[in-house]
Amino acid sequence: MTHAIDVDNTRNGGVHPDEEPLLVVENLTVSFPTDDGEVRAVRGVSYQVAAGEAMGIVGESGSGKSVSSMAVMGLLPKTARISGSVRFRGQEILGQDEKGYAKLRGKKIAMIFQDPLTSLNPVYSVGFQIAEAVLAHNDISKDKAKARAIELLATVGIPFPEQRVDSYPHELSGGMRQRIVIAIAMANNPDVIIADEPTTALDVTVQAQVLEALEAARAETGAALILITHDLGVIAGHAERICVMYAGKLVETGSTDEVFYRPRMPYTLGLLGSLPRMDQSDKQRLTPIKGAPPSLLNLPPGCPFTPRCPIAEPVCDTEEPALLPVDNAAHAAACHFRSRTSGAEAADLFGPDAKLVSDTSGSTATEVPAS
Amino acid sequence: MPELHGTVKDQPAATPGSAPSARTEREFTAKERTQWQLAARRFRRHRIAAASLVVFILLLLFAFVLPHFWKYTYDVFTDDLNVSPDAKHPFGTDATGYDGLAVVMRGTGQSLKVAFVIASVGTGAGAVWGVVSGYLGGFVDAALMRFADLVLTIPALALAAALAKNFGGTWWIIGLILAGVSAPYVARVVRGVVLSLREREFIEASRALGASNLRIMVRHLLPNTVPVLIVNATLLVAAGILTETALSFVGFGVQSPDTSLGVLITQAQGAFDTRPWLFYFPGVFIILIALTVNFIGDGLRDALDPRQTRERR
Amino acid sequence: MLVFVIRRVLVSIPVLIASTMLTFVLVKFTGDPLLYLKLRNPRPAQVVIDTESHRLWLDRSWPTQYWHWISNVVFHGNWGPPVLGHDDIGSEVLQALLVTGRLVAVSVVIALFLAVITGVVSAVKQYSLVDYSTTTMGFLFLSMPVFWFAILLKQGGIWFNDNVNPHTFFTIGDRTIPAIQGSTFANLKDIFGHLVLPTIVLGLAGYAAWSRFTRASMLEVLNSDYVRLARSKGLKPRTVLIRHALRTALIPLTTVTALDVAALLGGAIVTETVFQWHGMGNLFLTALRTLDFNVMLGWLLVTATLVIMFNLIADLLYGVLDPRIRHA
Repeated sequence: MTHAIDVDNTRNGGVHPDEEPLLVVENLTVSFPTDDGEVRAVRGVSYQVAAGEAMGIVGESGSGKSVSSMAVMGLLPKTARISGSVRFRGQEILGQDEKGYAKLRGKKIAMIFQDPLTSLNPVYSVGFQIAEAVLAHNDISKDKAKARAIELLATVGIPFPEQRVDSYPHELSGGMRQRIVIAIAMANNPDVIIADEPTTALDVTVQAQVLEALEAARAETGAALILITHDLGVIAGHAERICVMYAGKLVETGSTDEVFYRPRMPYTLGLLGSLPRMDQSDKQRLTPIKGAPPSLLNLPPGCPFTPRCPIAEPVCDTEEPALLPVDNAAHAAACHFRSRTSGAEAADLFGPDAKLVSDTSGSTATEVPAS
Repeated sequence: MPELHGTVKDQPAATPGSAPSARTEREFTAKERTQWQLAARRFRRHRIAAASLVVFILLLLFAFVLPHFWKYTYDVFTDDLNVSPDAKHPFGTDATGYDGLAVVMRGTGQSLKVAFVIASVGTGAGAVWGVVSGYLGGFVDAALMRFADLVLTIPALALAAALAKNFGGTWWIIGLILAGVSAPYVARVVRGVVLSLREREFIEASRALGASNLRIMVRHLLPNTVPVLIVNATLLVAAGILTETALSFVGFGVQSPDTSLGVLITQAQGAFDTRPWLFYFPGVFIILIALTVNFIGDGLRDALDPRQTRERR
Repeated sequence: MLVFVIRRVLVSIPVLIASTMLTFVLVKFTGDPLLYLKLRNPRPAQVVIDTESHRLWLDRSWPTQYWHWISNVVFHGNWGPPVLGHDDIGSEVLQALLVTGRLVAVSVVIALFLAVITGVVSAVKQYSLVDYSTTTMGFLFLSMPVFWFAILLKQGGIWFNDNVNPHTFFTIGDRTIPAIQGSTFANLKDIFGHLVLPTIVLGLAGYAAWSRFTRASMLEVLNSDYVRLARSKGLKPRTVLIRHALRTALIPLTTVTALDVAALLGGAIVTETVFQWHGMGNLFLTALRTLDFNVMLGWLLVTATLVIMFNLIADLLYGVLDPRIRHA
């Protein structure tokens, strides 16, 4: 059941050189027609996930992170217009019919959703719903499936699994329900588990339990993990690589260490700067990013972060920066001025004593002498 | 998609590095619309409902305006007996010589009047019933709802017939009776809405500010039930028309000399083979009224409470 | 579960009792049963009127009359004397119930079956041609006066009998009179033959309402999180549809159906009148016209009991289908 993949915990990031990427997403674009026009939720996202690795996708609400994963699973509504390419083990999986997707889902790629209170069907027992996942892809007896369900309940840390297996979802707490969803996701040893904001709807104390269950699932199945969240703390503890998403596009990618300690794109800097830190004096104010994410309807040309970016210049209004490498091949940022942000910290850009700002007259950024 | 309201947030004055204010306007690209404007837009998108609204208005004109321009009236008989539809009498005539078109116009008007009484009184009474019951809770709620259940244990037609036998005959009494029969249903629906609203913070806040129960019920709860009420009112109109015709058919509805579409069809039963126009025209008009009102109600439901994902067409 | 059932049954009893009281008051409001006597010309002697009044217990107080009636029915099976004649009201009502019952039962089964199928197809293929045509048809039948349609069908049947094939459609009555001598099968065939047209009428009314409801319920469920999870498990599309979507969407439908059966009794009144069946409809209307109050009371008692019974069944069924209710 468990294949011998070594889960890389050393966080050196990047793709193992001698393994072909398991999942390749190339130039994925998703848009929705609405009353007021076309909403371009995902605008050309590309990433790769290697077998066994844990990749995080970070972004605010509305950045398109959930939509891009639903596109991979084929779970978007029929009104969505999708283009681009998603390849699993070299085979294109985008644009199949429901039957085609059904062969993949649960067996090769599994998904965990955000709201555990509504994810489970209220009229079937928890054990039934897990066994169902197993029976969908394996020709075994119902008893064996139930036994497997009990096993899985134990793996994700549900106490007294033999009794719990016959409970109904409404008899369990939110944290337990989410662990059941994780059990369902891992039931058939998928190659990729996509976890879409698995802890967002839960209390902090319960979050740890759920994340533990997620790690246990990974350990047992050896699956790669795509962890989507807006919580940087969750990402830091559980992902080797990070992609930062903003307004439907990736704006920075790299290993967790690189992105956390050496961020280059101003948005990433701002995100990290807005986190309260244990090692800073608690008299220091947080530096938030002013403003709000742009509307994805009629998005103007240029970099979408421009209205909120302290080092924005006229070129940012007209030309959208591409995701290009900085420092090393594995770390990339989408900013025209990524060279200038080398070594910068959030306070340098967003704080009241910001050193790196652009002149409003449009000339090149200068260093303001510290007063 | 969430509506985006075009409020421009203020820019703090002295912050080096903040973007010039012109850029913030880029962020908000959708028009600001009120809830009712959105609803109106969604209603218009529902093409059948919009078309039905037009047809319904035409029916109103037909029933209440056109009679003033037509040369025959419903209560004066002509010399043409049992004439099938022709240029002079587009809807034919009956055995007494009454012109079919005039009679149908009158019948339509009467049926519409009954339907409006049902909709307004039934919805009104039901709304008050439901709000009081849902908000006050406890014994009052239990008693009022038990009573509603009791009324609902008697088949509507039987109940209406029994009451009409003793009290009824004119269109507005029939309307009131049918309104009374429909009110319990509206009350239950409204009570459901109130129960879900009752625990919300804005009600608690009102109470904390010292608002009386009456004020809360009238100013806060009742307005929030309006979308549900509007939808139910239209459905009641449609159902009311049909029940009124059924009532007339079994002999307990509007009594002559007053008329309604139901009365007309009942009288025309026997004439089906020889003078089918007397049977078809009133029937078609009933169907038209009920159908357009049903479609409008459907459109209103979509407009005021859209829950399903809809393709943009 | 047992507690749930017992509790529900216990709650129904006071409702039934209260219903009988309401029924009694209602019948009292229909008018004076002895009006026919008082309006005769020449007017009968007062002593005749008083004797009739006494025989029918009309000279006591309302509570006394109520108790007299209800205790007789419940404890002695005596439904009271009709105003005119000596028929046994109890057997009359039950006989009528049988006739109407089979009409309503068959109509409900067919209507439900069709409604679920079209509702599901409409929801799954939302906005397709199938969806639009069935929805429009549903709306049409919802907007059509039942008896108008019944008359149309009856006339259609007569025309068919006359011009195409005689004796295909039975348009009068619920069975052939005098009763067919012969096998049970021949009798059944006769009964079913008479059922065809009225069932189409009543069934279409029920179908229209239920298919819309099923469609709406299915649409809501199809967009739910747990259906999405079921799909993400890799279950076959049909399995997702039936085991997850339909199963959950049908729960509110059972409640609606059980409650609507009561309403269908009203629709049956009209349908029976058109096709001249001697069922509940005819019984009530005749009694109302002649102000035969004991018949009306008996009729209303039976229907109220049926309605409350069906409400109870709906509640219980809901508990069976939705575990959340059971444990509440």
